[in-house]
Amino acid sequence: MAHVASVPKEPFRLSMLVYDTRYRSYTIQIVVLVLFLAFLAWLLNNTIVNLAAKDKDINFSFLFQRAGYDIDQQLIPYTNDSTHGRALFVGLLNTLLVAFIGCILATVIGVMAGVLRLSHNWVVSRLMTVYVETFRNIPLLLWIILAFVVFSETAPAPRDFRVTEEMAAAGEAPAASKILFDSVAFTNRGTSIPRPYLDHPLGSFSILDVPINLSVVAALALIALCVWINGRLIANAKSVQEATGERPVTWWKSLIILFAPIIALLYALGFHLEYPELKGFNFQGGINVAHSFTALLIAISLYTGAFIAEAVRAGILAISKGQSEAAYALGLRPGRTMRLVILPQALRVIVPPLISQYLNLTKNTTLGMAISYLDLKGTLGGITLNQTGRELECMLLMMLIYLVLSLIISSGMNVFNTAMKLKER
Amino acid sequence: MNKSVFLGTLAASALLAGIASAGTLDDVKARGELICGVNTGLTGFGAPDANGNYQGFDVAVCKAVAAAVVGDASKVKYVPTTGETRFTALASGEVDMLARNSTWTFSRDNDLKLDFVAVNYYDGQGFMVHKDLGVSSAKELDGATICIQTGTTTELNLADFFKANNISYTPVTVADDSEAQRQYLAGACDSFTTDASGLAAVRATMPDAENHVILPEIISKEPLGPAVRHGDNNWGDVVRWSFYALVAAEEKGITQANIEEVAASTQDPEVKRLLGLEGDLGAMMGLDKEWAKRAIAASGNYGEIFAATIGESTSIGLARGLNALYTQGGLQYAPPFR
Repeated sequence: MAHVASVPKEPFRLSMLVYDTRYRSYTIQIVVLVLFLAFLAWLLNNTIVNLAAKDKDINFSFLFQRAGYDIDQQLIPYTNDSTHGRALFVGLLNTLLVAFIGCILATVIGVMAGVLRLSHNWVVSRLMTVYVETFRNIPLLLWIILAFVVFSETAPAPRDFRVTEEMAAAGEAPAASKILFDSVAFTNRGTSIPRPYLDHPLGSFSILDVPINLSVVAALALIALCVWINGRLIANAKSVQEATGERPVTWWKSLIILFAPIIALLYALGFHLEYPELKGFNFQGGINVAHSFTALLIAISLYTGAFIAEAVRAGILAISKGQSEAAYALGLRPGRTMRLVILPQALRVIVPPLISQYLNLTKNTTLGMAISYLDLKGTLGGITLNQTGRELECMLLMMLIYLVLSLIISSGMNVFNTAMKLKER
Repeated sequence: MNKSVFLGTLAASALLAGIASAGTLDDVKARGELICGVNTGLTGFGAPDANGNYQGFDVAVCKAVAAAVVGDASKVKYVPTTGETRFTALASGEVDMLARNSTWTFSRDNDLKLDFVAVNYYDGQGFMVHKDLGVSSAKELDGATICIQTGTTTELNLADFFKANNISYTPVTVADDSEAQRQYLAGACDSFTTDASGLAAVRATMPDAENHVILPEIISKEPLGPAVRHGDNNWGDVVRWSFYALVAAEEKGITQANIEEVAASTQDPEVKRLLGLEGDLGAMMGLDKEWAKRAIAASGNYGEIFAATIGESTSIGLARGLNALYTQGGLQYAPPFR
């Protein structure tokens, strides 16, 4: 130890920045950083100079001006008198809606397909291979367009549902009719489904013009409470089982706890369904889900599901065969072996690629523009950009929003990944 | 080392870009070719024919400008643009001019920094519906699903019209005419709305044109015209006067067929100035004497172009209407060539 301290301190010379390994890496990093910043500055300067040459500036005030156009699918109230900023939020919510449901669907499809591809049943495993290979090897855009064209070209037009007086007199049936007990109308524009309706709603209030429905809030709170109580019940049953070796019967208690309160609440609020009815050109009443949404959702879920299936398969194959053999030796059946032994361990391998699939899915929703789905790309990056001519501003804003969205998703998934990690004690 | 090469290239390209934007007229002359932004496909106005060559009413303006500037009406590179991409293509310098049924509006002129040099077609927005829908007026379209092309003035007019009449509709925004047409034909929308001329053009290409009607309401003013970048006034003048030369030629009875004959025999001083026999109008905007003669010879005068591409004898069958010369009750009027 002593001889280390006794090395004479060399005076610092400029050449050491290059020749001395202690400083060289700093030198390289600083040079690269300076060059990178210079490049950014050049880009920025170039943009400003060129915009000035075209007599344009960077200005976001258009977000507060009247949009003037209409949007079909709106999760928050919007009219053509609303601002471009609000149109942005309508589009963003449409993006989030399709991304959220898409992630769930893709995961369900992917996990099932991934597990089934490893099935010992030859037909099932081959079918899954065909699914995975066809979906992941054909561009997503084509799937989206295919799904949309199939829906809009093959489904009946709303007027095919109409029963005219002559037809009623002759006892003829219309060319098309509603499905699922006369409740869902599948037309070439969209799917009209019944809308839940309350006779005595609890009212609502608005935050920033976004209406918050108190009935929905109450129902969600009640469901959360019921689930929590049910969790306590199960935990209690478990501790009884561990203490006495006998598990008390809980299934009917669970059923009552989970369903009775919410049914009672809905009854008290006067819950009923409003069915879609053909009026004029289209079905009125109920909720009309446009085919642009359905087609995008189906195509994007099946496409991403194929990639997730491969990640799941890789994860399962990564678990050594000894694990399943040990589980069988303990007497676990194949289904439980998969659920209790293999999948929890496989998740560690599955989750990291799953994150990037979720990110891909979210970003791929922009392809909805091909079938007129008005998501963020359709409103801010499409109509607003065109009508205001603020290309740079819209693009920058859109990139920023997608960046933030992706970062939120990946950080959320990283938290989940950390929780799933092998815990070494 | 690599970095400096990279930066050097960047600097060089920036410099070149700076030179390139000096003057569109000089660029086009130096290139020997005009780059013209046109419709992706609107029969009669701008669409590729069976041989893949662009033809149409708007395309004829490109040809006239190319003939005037480069001396050859075939020296045009056509860049298909959608309603969404057209103005960006022009502003970024990807095209020299736009001849693509685009409406001249205040905000496009001022905020988008475009210059509409003239109006080559006075139009208005209309609606097309299936005949068996039994609709006779646009005001009966309450609750209908309507296909519109995104990024257009029609999108905004539509919202205004339904609001003013206190009726509702479901918009289906599509990127271009062909997709709108597909959805309309598939019955995914009850009605298709765009400029009345565009509706006539779309209807002409339908296999069952007789089953579709264009409703009588015209809900907006849509002056369509060629556009150039704001600020390049010289180039704007070239495009403007190349177009007006076509209108003046119709006024003076100069046609593609008789132009040589007229040039040889005319005593009219304005015709002489127009055809470059007297004075030197071309030099005032950086062109030679015979610029207008070539522009007219390219595809004929305004009336000839109209008749050949979208007129009553074609499948599109549009009447001259507002687009007749001012002497015949229309609005087409060329300022004097003096």
